Amino acid sequence: MAEDNYSMYICGVGGQGIIKTSVIIGEAAMNEGHNVVMSEIHGMSQREGSVSTELKIGDFDSSILPEHSADMILSFEPIELVRALDKANKDTKLVFNTFPLIPSSGDKPYPKIDNLISILKENYNNVLPIEGNQLAIDAGNIVSLNMVLLGAVTADDNFPISKESVIDAMKNNLNPKFHDLNLKAIESGYEWIRG
Amino acid sequence: MNLKELVTGKKGDKQFLLGNEAAVRGVIEAGLSVAATYPGTPSSEIGNILSFLAKDANIYFEFSTNEKVAMEVAATAAASGLRSFTFMKHVGMNVASDSFMTTAYTGVRGGMVILIADDPSIFSSQNEQDSRHYGHLANLPVLEPSSCQEIKDMVKYGFELSEKVQLPVIVRTTTRVSHMRGIVEFGDVEDNSSNGETHWKKGTFKKNPAQFVPVPAFAQQMHIDLLEKMDEVKSISNKSDLNKQTNDAGSKIGAIASSSAFNYVHDVVNVNNLDIDVFKVGLSNPTPDKKLVEFLKDLDEVFVVEEVDPILEKEVLIVIAQNNLNVKVHGKLDGTFPMYHEFNPNIVKDGFNKYLHFYEKEEPKLTDSLKKLISEIPNRAPVLCSGCPHRAMYYGINKAAEELGIPSEDMVFASDIGCYTLGINPPYNAADYLLSMGSSVGDGCGFSVATDQHVVSFIGDSTFFHSGVSPLINAVHNKQNFVLTVLDNRITAMTGGQPNPGIPVDGMGDEAPEISIRKLANAAGVKFVRVVNPLNLEQVIKTYKEALEFDGVAVIIAKSPCTLIKGFPKRPTVQFDERKCNQCKKCSHELACPAISFKDNKIVLDGAMCNGCNICVQVCKYGALSAGR
Ligand code: SF4
Ligand code: SF4
Ligand code: SF4
Repeated sequence: MAEDNYSMYICGVGGQGIIKTSVIIGEAAMNEGHNVVMSEIHGMSQREGSVSTELKIGDFDSSILPEHSADMILSFEPIELVRALDKANKDTKLVFNTFPLIPSSGDKPYPKIDNLISILKENYNNVLPIEGNQLAIDAGNIVSLNMVLLGAVTADDNFPISKESVIDAMKNNLNPKFHDLNLKAIESGYEWIRG
Repeated sequence: MNLKELVTGKKGDKQFLLGNEAAVRGVIEAGLSVAATYPGTPSSEIGNILSFLAKDANIYFEFSTNEKVAMEVAATAAASGLRSFTFMKHVGMNVASDSFMTTAYTGVRGGMVILIADDPSIFSSQNEQDSRHYGHLANLPVLEPSSCQEIKDMVKYGFELSEKVQLPVIVRTTTRVSHMRGIVEFGDVEDNSSNGETHWKKGTFKKNPAQFVPVPAFAQQMHIDLLEKMDEVKSISNKSDLNKQTNDAGSKIGAIASSSAFNYVHDVVNVNNLDIDVFKVGLSNPTPDKKLVEFLKDLDEVFVVEEVDPILEKEVLIVIAQNNLNVKVHGKLDGTFPMYHEFNPNIVKDGFNKYLHFYEKEEPKLTDSLKKLISEIPNRAPVLCSGCPHRAMYYGINKAAEELGIPSEDMVFASDIGCYTLGINPPYNAADYLLSMGSSVGDGCGFSVATDQHVVSFIGDSTFFHSGVSPLINAVHNKQNFVLTVLDNRITAMTGGQPNPGIPVDGMGDEAPEISIRKLANAAGVKFVRVVNPLNLEQVIKTYKEALEFDGVAVIIAKSPCTLIKGFPKRPTVQFDERKCNQCKKCSHELACPAISFKDNKIVLDGAMCNGCNICVQVCKYGALSAGR
């Protein structure tokens, strides 16, 4: 297997822009000459359902990640990260937004975020919580949350695609009206991880 | 990507496409003229995109009332010499199957491709069936793409093959192929420009009853002709590059796979450096028996890897038996792989490992507190959107029954396919029985005959046009007794908002006559037809009470748009006054609107989520919730 194979699991809640974000990463990978495959699950959920994509860059045919094989899990929401842990191994980068979206099913109490983070840190070597909502608001608008997280992804040393390619793909996919806002958001996510 | 590039893209361009987008590029490259569908996941995006691009691509496109009609539209276009395309989900194929079976007999003149999208693991369906059986049942060629590039290429090739042998060709996908994204390199686009007044090309139907009218005398011959054509396809299948060995390890162990299962095989063999020869089947019906013999003759063991039913595996067993080969077959039939649900790399790896013993399973060691955390995270089930008009109807029927003193075990709710199936959830508990599109009306007929309970059926507008009309006629004619609720949210919501005949717009975005559900019910002879505004709870409860007491078929049409419709006007958010709230929890527990939650013994209203339907205002007895301005 080639060394630069990289696989990601991206998850969150319907309406957070998970699929768009994944497509941007995929297009950037394609433009840099990598092979890339991606899987999306469009459930029955209109809103509030869990949404996830799986993205594999390199010599792969199947778009599904084997268990414990992700290089990175990017979660837009804390408990959605926990739901995705069967894709993680000790070294998987766990990048996630710390802002909780509490499901209205209310069947079980929502865990405390601090507690969740410390339990994750006991078990995994690369736990990278991001105050994504705050960064997005600081960048100018909460809707750029997905761009903050996108910026965070590009800051990973092992991530095989340059930030510039990701920015180009972003521009190709999103309304030019928001490019400045999105750029700011991408930078702030990048800085959060690097900083 | 800009979707228009599916039309304007040049040969050699590369795009990162969804499988369904790749299918659209495939039909455009093939110079398609006519396409028809009824929306169904995982095939829905094909229709959405065709609807958007039809005019630019010189294609006639329609959302038909159901899949059988779509099949007939495509079949007649192909009989008229045009290239035609119909596509649906696996269960839609059951609806289309009646006309489909005979289309195999009549054959086609222009190429006809039928794409059927299966849903292994049942992500958004009512069952898990293997549409490849339809290829065997009807005796038609089946193509099984496994990547986005192959979807595009096989759809395009499907038209060529179809014209060559004058038969419709099936392209079978699965959720993981339709909803996979991958790099697709574009090919040339065949010219399909219009030759008349419309923007799509027109064909000519040349009469030939011996080909197109299957009365017994003709149909007997047609069956023989069909089998001869399939003999020709068999020799094509035995020569085709779509069926080929993809990994040559010179091993005594092999694997034969198709569709997404092939991808898992490829990756597992590759990642684990396994010594396994791999054969990919892309044109799976008729089975490429000669090629398989070539592949199998040097093997001791072979794994057959395919999703849902062991169709290929049985074919392989036949090939082995007929050719006196001595190869052991591992597949679904001997329990190496499961008989149900979609596969993944782990299932394939574990299956191989049963015989090859190349790894030992190692679970990461997790602390007890993490295990506890994982087991305790709350579920995130799909719910009716905030402001959804259906919510009020479910609230209303339960209130009406309560006010009439009907115990819940005397109420039978027949549900149907749509967002409203979510009525199964508490607090509504309003889905007791469900079979298929339109079944709520037929089920209402049956329960009304078989029981003395109160029967209430729920069906959406699109579903009503799809297959609710004929059972409604049945109900009236046979003097049955139940309440039919038509949840007319002015769209086909669950599949992403496609138009239906109740809306003054057609699939190409043009103005179109709107069919009145009320007049249809009247014409069918229903004596009790009411149109209500579901956001007026008092009216809903009152109407339901009258309907429940009515002797005969009662139809209530609840007319209010889905809040996800494009251009839906944002209604003012409800105001919440904490001081007036006595925490009776009626709004949160009886309505279950996602904008209202009950946290730390207090109501929390999420203003960003509220769609201002004002149902909660009508439910709150204390005036703590009031209409926004
Ligand atoms: S999509 Fe429309 S019909 Fe479906 S649950 Fe949401 S609001 Fe209701
Ligand atoms: S229904 Fe009214 S009083 Fe009862 S909890 Fe809701 S807001 Fe408060
Ligand atoms: S909070 Fe009330 S008004 Fe707003 S969407 Fe929910 S039920 Fe409707």
